[in-house]
Amino acid sequence: MAEFEPRIVAFVCNWCTYAGADLTGTSRIKYATNVRIIRFPCTGRIDFMLLLKAFGNGADGVMISGCHPNDCHYTSGNFHARRRWMIFRRLLDFAGIDHRRIIFSWVSAAEGAKWAQVVNTAVEEFRQLGPYDNYHAASKEPLEREVING
Amino acid sequence: MDDLRKKAKDLLESQAVNVIIGYGEGTSGAVRAIFPRKAEETDKLIYDDRCTQNLAVYLMKHEIKHMEKKGIVATIPAMRSILQVASEYQLKEDELVILGIGPDGKLVDIPGFKAMEDYLATQDFGIQEDDKAILRKIDAMSMEERWSFWKDELSPCFKCYACRAACPMCYCTRCFVEVNTPQWIPISANEIGNFEWHLLRAMHLAGRCINCGECGRACPLEIPIHLLTYKMTEDVQTDFGVTAGLKADMPSVLSTYKLEDKETFIR
Amino acid sequence: MDIERKLIKRASLGKLVEQLRAEGKVVLAPKKKKNVVFFEPINTIDEMSTDYIATTQSPKAAAFPKSDRILKFENGKEGIKFEGQPTSVYPETVVLGLRPCDATGFDSLTAIFNWDYKDQLYNDRLAKTTFIGISCASCDAYCFCTSVKGGPGNTHGTDILLTAVDGGDFLAEIVSEKGKKLAVSGQQYFEADSGADKEKFLANVPVKFDVDTLVPKAQNSFESPVWLEQSLRCIGCGACAYVCPTCACFDMQDETTGSKGQRVRCWDSCGFGLFTLHTSGHNPREVQSARWRQRVLHKFSYMPERLNVVGCIGCGRCSRACPVDMNLSEHLVNLAEA
Repeated sequence: MAEFEPRIVAFVCNWCTYAGADLTGTSRIKYATNVRIIRFPCTGRIDFMLLLKAFGNGADGVMISGCHPNDCHYTSGNFHARRRWMIFRRLLDFAGIDHRRIIFSWVSAAEGAKWAQVVNTAVEEFRQLGPYDNYHAASKEPLEREVING
Repeated sequence: MDDLRKKAKDLLESQAVNVIIGYGEGTSGAVRAIFPRKAEETDKLIYDDRCTQNLAVYLMKHEIKHMEKKGIVATIPAMRSILQVASEYQLKEDELVILGIGPDGKLVDIPGFKAMEDYLATQDFGIQEDDKAILRKIDAMSMEERWSFWKDELSPCFKCYACRAACPMCYCTRCFVEVNTPQWIPISANEIGNFEWHLLRAMHLAGRCINCGECGRACPLEIPIHLLTYKMTEDVQTDFGVTAGLKADMPSVLSTYKLEDKETFIR
Repeated sequence: MDIERKLIKRASLGKLVEQLRAEGKVVLAPKKKKNVVFFEPINTIDEMSTDYIATTQSPKAAAFPKSDRILKFENGKEGIKFEGQPTSVYPETVVLGLRPCDATGFDSLTAIFNWDYKDQLYNDRLAKTTFIGISCASCDAYCFCTSVKGGPGNTHGTDILLTAVDGGDFLAEIVSEKGKKLAVSGQQYFEADSGADKEKFLANVPVKFDVDTLVPKAQNSFESPVWLEQSLRCIGCGACAYVCPTCACFDMQDETTGSKGQRVRCWDSCGFGLFTLHTSGHNPREVQSARWRQRVLHKFSYMPERLNVVGCIGCGRCSRACPVDMNLSEHLVNLAEA
């Protein structure tokens, strides 16, 4: 059987990581193709719900990446995001949702090589974890169930 | 109780307030919120061990908000809710008279927010031992066990939103669950939708929950949803050293930050 | 049809459940989780709880689930495809252990779901459902079935009504054709009637008000100050509506994942502030008192007027579920005496 290829959604900030990922490409650095990048104005703009929606729509892993502390284009968006993730990560863990499937990183516009490395490592880790079956099954259940009763 | 009634009566007679939000006898041995607006109605006010509802929720209710000057029978959780909501600019100090109730059930003199802050600083308001024990039990579970635990607990939820309605901090006129362009949280009560609703509700209370437990008590299906926000109260305390509802001018935990916030997971 | 009286032993009832399961029927019965009682599928009678006055959750979900698929859609190469929910897949269902009040609740639902449009999902589910009720041997302060013309041993609406009589056996009253069919297919479990006096084993539910005087009063009470007075403590959740056996309001939702999705009918409640909010921003029921009035008048004024049925069966679930002690029967007594 072919090796499991995790589906990954990456929510990245426009100013640092998106530009960094662009640099990865223009530098001709090869890296895993499992990641679908979604560009945000700022990590501070990424709602927690989007992570759950990503898992609900079939993602096996989620990446979140933005500017290093003190580098935020809007001065403090990443600091706000950091607080939020600190709490949300613990809450997910408490609810039994696999927080190992969410990987956070700071990748600047100059760190094309770091982005490739972060993604490659993430893919490896998600591959080890395997598909996120229980969350996917629960998400698909309403549509797939033949009869809804009770 | 006589002290309480007398003070309430004086307040209404002197027109210092237009309404008192307090507890009265309900049906089948239950107590309920009552709203005396005339001095003679104040002898219906009671206070005893059965009076657990956090009455601060009524301060945010449309009809009562518009009664302007209000008196409220406030237990410690209600006082904390008042300070928390005030810190979010939702209450005016001069529209509120507090009829404070201490843990011994006796009337406490609380002439203003400052006095309330000072009073609360002397009180114990931690998470109750039985809830703490359940939190530790869940902490000790494996991830799979936690997932099954919550799946089992949340699956009966039919989204009556009693948890939201009972919470003094849930005062938004349009909740995120009602955001429908596009529909953010599924309206239908299915497994994953219930997870999304309760986790997001909890997140919206991060750093704001004062652990009164009203959400869990209100749930007609006895789902222990208060544990989610209780857990976050602990986390916020551990990570940021902040306890909600102790100061009337406290910035919100999740809309502020510190350069030295310490995390261990960002690469 | 005339009601036929039989006797079924407690052990035989268990065997009957096993037979129904073997025939592929879904058996919904009260199951207890903490202090909450739900109707859930059971395989053996041991799973069934008998320790309840009224179940927390009403049995209405058997015919009107909290979320119910109406159709599926898919956006493919040939355009958008729709597929209506086939009702043939609904299982034959037996609801065991519902109360006589619960059974009459389906009168209200049937009236609403057939008022102008004949609702196929509801009607087909109901057609496939057989109700084996159990009479009430006890009641609590919230019960008021006798005030709305019901009773603890009322056979109306059930297909078979069981009443626990001496020695733990049940008097089985075969009420309808559906009940008869079930009793014939499980005839080895039904024995000859022992002639027990049913009334002796029923709860004594006091009459709190006279519904015939209440209804005309309700019809003239739109401007009454009681609504504000009663509803000041109402916090506007939907607990009452969601446990109610006759509340039928729903919301339509399209749930889409990728190119596929479904249209779902979900329970809704007139107690919610957004229930009547218009796109313009105007809300005809802007305050909770107007919503509370709607809830009471819908059941005691509009339904009797338009559908010729009182929309309340006196089970008291709303009042038990209410987190702030909104007690319906108390409020109705107020209204009747106003």
